[in-house]
Amino acid sequence: MSNMMTAADASTMPELKTDQLFINLGPQHPSTHGVLRIGLTIEGEVIVKAVPDIGYLHRGTEKLAEVRNYHHCVVLTDRWDYVSAMPNNLVFCLAAEKLAGVKTTPRADALRVIMCEMNRIASHLLFFGTYGIDLGAYTPFLYAFREREMVLDLFEMLCGARLTYNYIRLGGVMVDASPEWLKRTGEFIEYFKPRLDEYDTLLTYNPIFMARTKGVGIVTAEEAKSWALSGPNLRGSGVNYDVRKFAPYSGYENYDFDVPVGTDGSCWDRYFCRVSEMRQSVRIIEQAIAKLPAGPFMASGFAKVPKPVPGEAYAHVEASRGDLGIYLASDGGISPFRMHVHAPSFINLAMLQEKLVGMKVSDVIALLGSIDIVLGEVDR
Amino acid sequence: MSDKPEEKKPEPAAVPAPAPAAAPAAAPAAAAPAPKPAPPKYVPPTPVFNRANGRLIEDRFTTWPTQVFANRWSRPGFQWGAGMLVGIFLGLGLTGFAIGELSVWAARVYAILGGEPFKKFFLFGPTVVFPVKLAPLAVDAIWTAIKVLIVLHVVLINGLWSIWWERKISAHIQSRVGPTYAGSPSGWNFHGWAQTAIDGIKLLLKEDITPAAADKWVHALAPGLVVAPCIIAFAPVLFGDGMQAANLDIGTLYIFAFAGISVIGVVMAGWASGNKYSLLGGLRGAAQIVSYELPRGFSIVPVLMFAGSLDLQVISNAQAGYWHGVIPRWFIFYPVVGQLAFVIFLIASVAETNRTPFDIPEAESELVSGFHTEYSGMKWSIFFLAEYAYVLLGSFLLATFFLGGGASPINAVPFTLIPSWMWMLGKAMLMMFVFLWIRWTLPRFRVDQLMDFTWKFLLPWSFVNIAIAGLYLAFWLK
Repeated sequence: MSNMMTAADASTMPELKTDQLFINLGPQHPSTHGVLRIGLTIEGEVIVKAVPDIGYLHRGTEKLAEVRNYHHCVVLTDRWDYVSAMPNNLVFCLAAEKLAGVKTTPRADALRVIMCEMNRIASHLLFFGTYGIDLGAYTPFLYAFREREMVLDLFEMLCGARLTYNYIRLGGVMVDASPEWLKRTGEFIEYFKPRLDEYDTLLTYNPIFMARTKGVGIVTAEEAKSWALSGPNLRGSGVNYDVRKFAPYSGYENYDFDVPVGTDGSCWDRYFCRVSEMRQSVRIIEQAIAKLPAGPFMASGFAKVPKPVPGEAYAHVEASRGDLGIYLASDGGISPFRMHVHAPSFINLAMLQEKLVGMKVSDVIALLGSIDIVLGEVDR
Repeated sequence: MSDKPEEKKPEPAAVPAPAPAAAPAAAPAAAAPAPKPAPPKYVPPTPVFNRANGRLIEDRFTTWPTQVFANRWSRPGFQWGAGMLVGIFLGLGLTGFAIGELSVWAARVYAILGGEPFKKFFLFGPTVVFPVKLAPLAVDAIWTAIKVLIVLHVVLINGLWSIWWERKISAHIQSRVGPTYAGSPSGWNFHGWAQTAIDGIKLLLKEDITPAAADKWVHALAPGLVVAPCIIAFAPVLFGDGMQAANLDIGTLYIFAFAGISVIGVVMAGWASGNKYSLLGGLRGAAQIVSYELPRGFSIVPVLMFAGSLDLQVISNAQAGYWHGVIPRWFIFYPVVGQLAFVIFLIASVAETNRTPFDIPEAESELVSGFHTEYSGMKWSIFFLAEYAYVLLGSFLLATFFLGGGASPINAVPFTLIPSWMWMLGKAMLMMFVFLWIRWTLPRFRVDQLMDFTWKFLLPWSFVNIAIAGLYLAFWLK
C-alpha cells in the first residue's frame, strides 16, 4: 500500500511533466453567445489562465449618438442588448426626458412597464434555453422558444418589430395598446404561468443540472459588490439590490412584486434568480394590465426636435441583465454632446478572468452561460 | 383614400395631379359629394394548419412545394438520383424486413448445399438434390457469407431507421414535428420517411475534407476502426431463437471484447485531426469508454450466474417460463438484483454510445463536436452509423439479458404464437426508444462527475449486486 502513488503525488512529481495547451474558445464557438473570445490555457481539463477578449461587435454607438438627434438615438439603443431592447429604449428616453424636461403620461408609463417586463420574460427565456444547451440539455431550449415566440408575436402585433423595437419614444410610446392586444397579453400570461412550473421539472431541479451548477462558479457577496456586478448576477450572490425597488422609475413603486435573491452565488443561484424573476414579471404585467390608466400614450407640448438646455442627466433602469445606466450631456444642440452607457453585460463579464482559473473546461461554459452576457451590449 | 380629393378642393391647381381621373370627378361633386365605394378591405386568409405536418395548408398545397419541386424533380439528375434512392432504400428495406424469415430460408439453403434433397421449386416440383457436390468448407463459406450480409444489412438499415426515428422522437419530445416532407414526391407522404436516405445521399456527395494539420492516414482509418468492431460484435447477437450469425459459447465476452476496441478509433480520430478540441474529445472518450466497460461487464455477472452460461442463446432460454403462470421469468423481474443490474447496464450502455447525458467526448457546447469536429461527408456519417449500431447492440443485449429474449411477456395464446424474432425486435426497439428518451431529456455530466459516477457508484453497486445474486443462488434458486 505504501508504494502506491496517489494522484496528488503524481501531479507534483518533477519528472511527470504535462504540457499546457492553449485553446481559443471563440469567437466562433457554439457557447460563447456571440463573438466573445477567451484564450484558455489548460492543463488536462483544468484552466490555469483565461484571457477574455472582446470588441468583435463594436459599432461605436456612443459616438454615433453625437451626430443624431434624440429620436434617432433611440434606434441605436435597440442594438446594444438586442435580446431585451425595450429597457434600452426606456433608459435612453428617461435620460433624455430628464434633460429635456418632458413629463410622460401615466398610460405611457404603464405601457413601458408592461413592455419592459414582457421583454424581461423573453430575455430570461432565451437565457433559460441556451443555458440548457450549454449544459447539454436540448429540449428546454425549444420549450423556452415556444413561449418566447409568443412574446415576440405580441411585440410584433403592437409595434411591428420582433427584435429591435424602437417602441418607447421620447415622451411616451410609439402606439397605444389596443384592447385586443391587452386581451391577448392576458391570455399569454395565463398560458405562461403553468409553463414556469414545467421549466422547473425540466431543468431547475434536475439532479444532473444541479450537480453541474450548484457550488460551481461561486461569487461571494463581497466579490460581487467589488466587481460592481448587477442584476441577477448580483442578486444571485445574496445582495438585495434592484433598481426597480431602490430607485423606482416609470411607476414601479405602484406594483407589488418581490426581488428574488440567491444564497451562495453559484451558477444555480444566478439561474434560479432569473427563473424566479419571470414569475415576478408575470405579477407585474398582470397588475399593470389590471389598472392600466386611460389617457394619452404620448406626452404633448414639447418640441418635436428637442434641444435641451446645456446640462447633463443620468438615468438607470433594471434591464434584463442588470443595472443599465445612461449618461447624457447636452450642449444645447439637437444631438447629445456625449452619451455614455453603463452596460451591465460588460461589467459582469469582467469577473471571468479571475473566476475561470482552476475550473474545468465544462465549468467555463456553465459559468459563462450563467453570467448571461449579450455581446452587443458588451461591445456596443 | 376616397375623401382625399375633397380635402384638396380649395387649391386644386397646387396639387400636382394626385389622381388625374379623380380630380374632374370631384369638381361637379362639390355640391353633393358622391360617396365612392370604399375599396374592399384586405382580409388575410385565416391560417389553417395541417395537423399532420404543422404547416399552413394553403402554403403546403398552393405555393412552394409545387413550384420548387416541379422544377427540381424535372431535372434529369434528380430523377436518376431518385431512382437510385428508391432502389437502395427498397433493397435495404426488403432485406431488413426479411431478417427473420430469411434466416429460416438460409438454413434451408445451408442444408441443400450440404446435399439434402429438396423440391425443385422449393414449394412444389420433383424432389431433387443440389447438382454440385460441394466440400463442407465451401458450404460453410457460402453460409457464413450469407450471414455476414444479413448482419451487415442489420447495421445499415438500423442507421437509416434509427436516425429517422430519433429525429421524429426528439421532435415530438421538443414540441416540434420533425421531418415531414422528404419522400412525399413519391406520392406516399409518411412523416418524412425518406429523410435519412436523402441525407445519406447528401453526405455521399459532400466534399471529404482532410485538414492540412491532420495525419492523413490515421484520420482516414479512424472511422473504419470505430465502425468495424461494432459490426464484428454483432456476430453472436441473438435476433430470435436460433437466429445468430455465430453461435459462440463465449458470446457475451466476445461482444464486450469487440465493442471495447472502438475506443481506439475514437482516440485516433481525436489525435489525427490536428485540432485541440478533437484531441480533448478523444482523450475524454478514451477515459469514459474504458471506465464504463467495467460496470457494464460486472452488471451482467448476476445474469450469467443465473443462466450459467456466456452463450446468448442459453441466457435467453434460461428466461423461458412464467412464475405462477403469469409473471415471466425474465431476469429483470428477479427482485432487486434484476432491476439493479438492468439500470446499471442501461446507464453504462448509454455511456458507451457517447450519448447525452454522457456525451462529453463530443460535447457540442464545449468541444464543438469533440473527436469528429474535423470530419465531413461520409467519414462523419460513419461515426454516426457506429453510434446507432452501438445503440442497437445495446438494445438487443438489454432485451436478451433482461427482457427474456424472444419470449412473450404474456402467457396467453395470441401472444405466445408470435415468432420470437418479432418479440426480440419489439423489445429492442422499446429499449432503443428508452435510449432516445434519455438523450432528449437530460443535461450532460461533467468529466469528473462522470468518473465519480462510474467508479464510486455504478461499480460498487454492481459488486453488491453480484453478492446478492450469490445469495439467491445459494438459498433461493439452488
